[in-house]
Amino acid sequence: MTLRTIISVLVATFVFVAISSSAEAAGRVTIPEPAKGKGDQCVADTSFMRKNHPSLLKHQRDDTLRKGIRGNEFSLKECVACHAVDGKDAKPVTYENPEHFCRTCHAYVAVKLDCFECHASTPDKKRQANELPKKHPPTNVLSSWRDLSAQTCEGG
Amino acid sequence: MSCGNSCNSNTTSRRGFLTSMAASAAGATAGLTLAPGVTLFSPAQARARGKGEAASSKVRWGMLVDANKCDDGCTACVDACADENGWQGEGNPATDAQWIRKVKVTDPGTGKSQSLPMMCQHCEEPPCVDVCPTGASMKRADGIVLVDKHSCIGCRYCMMACPYQARSFVHEPVSGQRTHAPRGKGTVESCTFCVHRVDEGQQPACVEACGGTKRGALTFGDLNDSESEISKKIATYPTQAIRSDLGLKPGVRYLGLDT
Ligand code: HEC
Ligand code: HEC
Ligand code: HEC
Repeated sequence: MTLRTIISVLVATFVFVAISSSAEAAGRVTIPEPAKGKGDQCVADTSFMRKNHPSLLKHQRDDTLRKGIRGNEFSLKECVACHAVDGKDAKPVTYENPEHFCRTCHAYVAVKLDCFECHASTPDKKRQANELPKKHPPTNVLSSWRDLSAQTCEGG
Repeated sequence: MSCGNSCNSNTTSRRGFLTSMAASAAGATAGLTLAPGVTLFSPAQARARGKGEAASSKVRWGMLVDANKCDDGCTACVDACADENGWQGEGNPATDAQWIRKVKVTDPGTGKSQSLPMMCQHCEEPPCVDVCPTGASMKRADGIVLVDKHSCIGCRYCMMACPYQARSFVHEPVSGQRTHAPRGKGTVESCTFCVHRVDEGQQPACVEACGGTKRGALTFGDLNDSESEISKKIATYPTQAIRSDLGLKPGVRYLGLDT
């Protein structure tokens, strides 16, 4: 057997095992059914969005962060706001929850996003007074501006 | 009148008067409401770019810190920043997030001390950008120095290169971020001049909060516009960059430093 065949066989087995185990759990492979967003339509044609959202997001990301372009349609903040899905407590579910819009299809296609390690996965809400930060960094005490550079080394 | 300490000339023209009024009203918004529905915006500080318009190098954002108006013990700017950007200290200075902090400098000769906020100085020649191996540390066209966290690998070279100790590293997983300020484990972060607000024509949260305490020690604006409040102050008073010996040309300048 060539290396290539070995790899194909391995991959095929892996895919088979993966599919059959999730199929076992669900009875069969369940087709994702993402909740409909708010309003009548998405920021672009639905089928176009299904296919192209990864690259749209990537471009918007660079445009916004690096060039400072705001207000264009493919904003992650806006996807999250318009595609919010309420949980049992009537509050929008976070990305922890498999019902989150951005998870519905991805499990099926074996995509795992890291976006929500940084990005909020629910729309902004007004923070309550008891959620406000309480601790702030201690005052640095210096006798010269040159000491600034040495600060963390001394402290930590 | 709250305008008193921010009027910067004795021969106040009508326009200058309105401008400084607007500036001291910036505690609440960037503009002054003259009558219901009639809002005055001071010319230079608060123009939101249009939708889809990129930041331009015609603008150079800067901040002026007036040391004479900053009080030891006041942390309004730090608290406002933490709230706006969703970070918080955990009581561990060695690893805590530090977008902005208070610094107290005591002149060993005279014993006189001053209290000031310290944050990213948004250098024109930023050493953090020079040392970044992935291009994540970057300077926007309008001079705002940022971390593009999408390409930050968390190596922390930039933290070591920064003479102001202005950057910090996220050591723990984060939850409950603000939608406009994504932040997460394994990346470096620092003051963004509240880029999300500035792009909407607003002032950074710290500037607004300092104005709200009636101290008005912070002025934000376009250094390239000679008509802006910050440019006029810099043209009138002796101001200083901290560690100007390094030649980094910071966008943050200080007024009234003894040291
Ligand atoms: C203003 C509200 C709104 C915003 C903003 C929005 N969407 Fe949508 N989206 C919708 C609606 C409504 C639908 C369903 C359209 C339909 O049924 O044809 C949809 C459908 C979709 C679908 C197809 C879902 C399916 O059932 O197959 C995807 C994928 C999608 N959106 C991704 C995104 C992404 C990514 C963003 C951010 C760049 C985004 N959407 C922003 C409203 C929105
Ligand atoms: C390490 C943290 C981090 C991760 C991980 C991350 N981002 Fe971001 N992202 C940011 C920061 C910081 C901004 C700048 C926010 C601003 O200035 O408004 C941003 C901005 C954006 C923007 C422009 C603002 C908006 O809401 O439209 C998009 C689009 C975006 N990111 C997409 C993504 C996508 C897609 C992923 C996952 C593939 C991702 N990001 C992962 C930190 C992160
Ligand atoms: C209709 C199903 C569907 C929905 C809903 C959906 N995605 Fe996707 N997503 C996909 C598919 C399929 C891929 C893989 C595309 C490929 O590999 O070409 C993908 C890939 C991605 C990628 C690239 C990941 C990578 O590692 O390459 C990102 C980023 C992404 N999606 C973001 C989102 C966000 C954010 C949402 C929620 C607003 C979302 N997606 C909702 C189907 C969906």
